[in-house]
Amino acid sequence: MTADLPTSFLGWVLYIIQNYGGLFLKGALYTLVLAIIGTAVGCIIGFLVGVVRTIEIVPDTNKVNKILLKFVQWILSFYVEFFRGTPMIVQAMVIYYGSMQLFNIDMSPFSAGLLVVSINTGAYMAETVRGGIEAIDIGQIEGAKAIGMTHFQTMLYIIIPQTLRNIMPQIGNNLIINIKDTSVLNVISVTELYFAGKSASGTYYKYFEVYFIICIMYFIMNLAISKLLRFIEKKMDGPDNYKLVHNDFMSGEITENCSTIKGGKQ
Amino acid sequence: MEAIKTINDQSPILEVCHLSKSFGEHEVLRDIDFKTNYGDVICIIGASGSGKSTLLRCINMLEIPTSGDIFHNSDNIINKLNKVTSYRAKVGMVFQQFNLFNNMTVLENCMIGVTKVLKKDKSYAREVAIKYLEKVGMAPYINAKPHQLSGGQKQRVAIARALAMEPEVLLFDEPTSALDPQMVGEVLTVMSALAKEGMTMIIVTHEMAFARDVSTRTVFMENGVIVEEDTPEVIFNNPKNERTREFLSRFMEH
Repeated sequence: MTADLPTSFLGWVLYIIQNYGGLFLKGALYTLVLAIIGTAVGCIIGFLVGVVRTIEIVPDTNKVNKILLKFVQWILSFYVEFFRGTPMIVQAMVIYYGSMQLFNIDMSPFSAGLLVVSINTGAYMAETVRGGIEAIDIGQIEGAKAIGMTHFQTMLYIIIPQTLRNIMPQIGNNLIINIKDTSVLNVISVTELYFAGKSASGTYYKYFEVYFIICIMYFIMNLAISKLLRFIEKKMDGPDNYKLVHNDFMSGEITENCSTIKGGKQ
Repeated sequence: MEAIKTINDQSPILEVCHLSKSFGEHEVLRDIDFKTNYGDVICIIGASGSGKSTLLRCINMLEIPTSGDIFHNSDNIINKLNKVTSYRAKVGMVFQQFNLFNNMTVLENCMIGVTKVLKKDKSYAREVAIKYLEKVGMAPYINAKPHQLSGGQKQRVAIARALAMEPEVLLFDEPTSALDPQMVGEVLTVMSALAKEGMTMIIVTHEMAFARDVSTRTVFMENGVIVEEDTPEVIFNNPKNERTREFLSRFMEH
């Protein structure tokens, strides 16, 4: 058995790929799934928290709503500060072991990991969304109010779509950070890419060769994600040019009707 | 619709009574009384800081008045702040800075209020949007985004967006103040055409010639009060108040 073992660096790399390639790919898949779903859920949390945190208290808000809103905003700001203020690796330990000990919930390491990534991303995204909403000029909000839109409609159709576009680079950042940082979930035995590397390196004590491969794999994943995000941003921007429309869309009778406006003098 | 109109012709669309507005210690509007009937084209003139824009913003509740009442077809809207959205749907507003929705095309800008606020179906919304975009001469640009247009074009789209809601009255807050001189004309032409067709309008403006030629009544404001209100002939040729005369003589010298 020992006679077959490679002697060069490259030999070892190929040997490890041959024997552990499948495990690494499976680990990479876990990493991607954790990072993508975690970022997506984190974005949803971030938008909800960000929107609620930017609701203004205006003079005509009634007392009960005012107190309720203040209370919810306080809870949310505690959530943001707490999850930004503690390391994800520690959160993973607390949530995974804590849920079992305190609430008797036996989560799988994978679902505990997904939960940790989601709420962690949510806390960061909440701040990004708040910044994004505050960056939209007040004029558009007034424009929406002036045609009779409610606060909810203004958010849904005007503010959130623009915020989403503006914070796309930050969402990309978060996704890439999550692809890398899910590696800390190995502490609760989530079988992601770093964990797969740990298993392989333990067998032959070839740390450099194994982590060289793992390193390249992380890099390829992030490069692909980064390009994909740029492509999505371009798609969201739409075409640079617009086409002038010259043909008549309307029949003649409608053109004639133009001259009567509701509320007019006879 | 005709029947409704003749009934409403008896009472003013908008009536502002004893309206005051303060920002902290600073009193911007003091005891304003002011009426708008169907078919009126009212131009509000006055120096910057005289409270004209604040008055207009109070009328559609973008600013909440400190005291006083606003009646819309004899309904006091101050007591019905929860109905403010349906009121705003009937009172259109055109802003100095256009305030178009940057994430939407020209056509979508004009359709969104019709579909989401008036709850009409898409094909109807498209039809009215195009009808009013044609009116302001912007129909060829339906696929453009706001950032691809000039200031004058943006303002014409903003007017079409307000018209698409088929409002009872249209408020203009210094609609040409943010425009280059050569673009002012295209916007004023559209507004004059609307006035001729009988659209009810309240216009805050610094364009004195426009106010003189187009308005049915001109209101002069200074330091948060209405100093004089009369036909444009009287205001511009023979103002009764000394301060109106002073303001206009300074303006006409330029």
